[in-house]
Amino acid sequence: MENVEKEPLLSAKNIKLMTNPLGQENPITVQVLGICSALAVTVKMKPAIVMAVSVMVVLAVSNVVISAMRKSVPGRIRIIVQLVVIATMVIIVDQFLKAFAFDVSKQLSVFVGLIITNCIIMGRLEAFALANKPWPAFLDGMGNAGGYGLILIIVSFFRELFGSGTVLGFPVMEKLGLYKTGYEDNGMMILPPMALIVVGLIIWFQRSRNKSLIETR
Amino acid sequence: MKDFSNRYIFIFSVVMVVSVAVLLSLTALLLQPKQEKNVEVEKKMNILSSINVTSTKSDAVTLYDKYIRESFVINTRGQHIEGVDAFTVSLRAEHKKPLEDQYLPVFTAVMDNGDTLHIFPLEGKGLWGPIWGYVALKPDMNTIAGATFDHKGETPGLGAEINTTEFESQFLDKWIYEGGSFISVAVVKGGADKSDRHEVDGISGGTITSKALEAMLREGLVKYENYFMENRK
Repeated sequence: MENVEKEPLLSAKNIKLMTNPLGQENPITVQVLGICSALAVTVKMKPAIVMAVSVMVVLAVSNVVISAMRKSVPGRIRIIVQLVVIATMVIIVDQFLKAFAFDVSKQLSVFVGLIITNCIIMGRLEAFALANKPWPAFLDGMGNAGGYGLILIIVSFFRELFGSGTVLGFPVMEKLGLYKTGYEDNGMMILPPMALIVVGLIIWFQRSRNKSLIETR
Repeated sequence: MKDFSNRYIFIFSVVMVVSVAVLLSLTALLLQPKQEKNVEVEKKMNILSSINVTSTKSDAVTLYDKYIRESFVINTRGQHIEGVDAFTVSLRAEHKKPLEDQYLPVFTAVMDNGDTLHIFPLEGKGLWGPIWGYVALKPDMNTIAGATFDHKGETPGLGAEINTTEFESQFLDKWIYEGGSFISVAVVKGGADKSDRHEVDGISGGTITSKALEAMLREGLVKYENYFMENRK
């Protein structure tokens, strides 16, 4: 990082790398990547948060590693190198979850392993890390994983609240006394199709607020 | 991106693969004891839950040592097999052996009121993956004192409900024998007769898992018939 003096660590451009993917360039709602895991792990908030953190660790570290190696990675095998880096990170995260967050790792089961196939990660390595310095690559990784995690947490909040009547396991609906008035949890919210519908509602809401996201045609 | 020689690419790949292999082996080795401990604690919590003792991650080992007095392995004829640790027997591996060679683990617990309960592990195939559980029988080897079930990946909200207390508690005081013949407990779709001691309610929307659980109970417990006969009080 030879031009650190010229460009401060958190310059406006660098901050944009982090904040843009949270909204305007959100990987899920705008680029519609990583949808499958967004459907699978959003029944409850806790696994969604752990998934978001795991993806953040994997993406930020892989971005930095690939960015640091960008000048020595032969172009012809770059996809394989990216896959090896991602797979290594995912296995390490999985091993750590099994050791330190056993319950959650059981709930996430195969989905941790499937982070490898999460298109957001491959996409960022190929599109950003290979052409940028480690620090911006790190911020880009944090930002994109943050945008992904944000949607995961929003979706899981609604699915857990209306599907199971709880928020992070706390029985909100019961405390509000709604069950006594004849309210019942909506079992449909627990099933994968509702995750897609909630993501759809978020996309609708976002585009109605930000007209520049609507494709002209 | 510059063009690299084949020689460079080859060396690059070898170095990458070797360093990744070293890194992963180190992680796996360092974390293995902790992971095995987690699996052991979970199994102990499951066994304790089948005798209606609630435990947490921190006190499971102490409570297990307090209540579980004996664990041993028998065969289908009810004979004890020496030298095998019941706790580490994998039922999935045993199911692949011929029936007469299978190791059948038994755990016995002495409760606070002096009752001895016998705990039998079960394993079967659910809709998406393995399901398993522990059933505790009273000294008459007929009345269920408690049951606990779990699964690898049944449908959330449907089949996955088998591990909820609402479902598990239905098995309490059910009978597996009727007039001397083994008939197990059926998981009935559309509402069981509450007074029938061989039926529990199935899970709506989880019929395949319910039926799998019924089969697991029947096929798992019937192997212990000789043990039941000999130890019945």
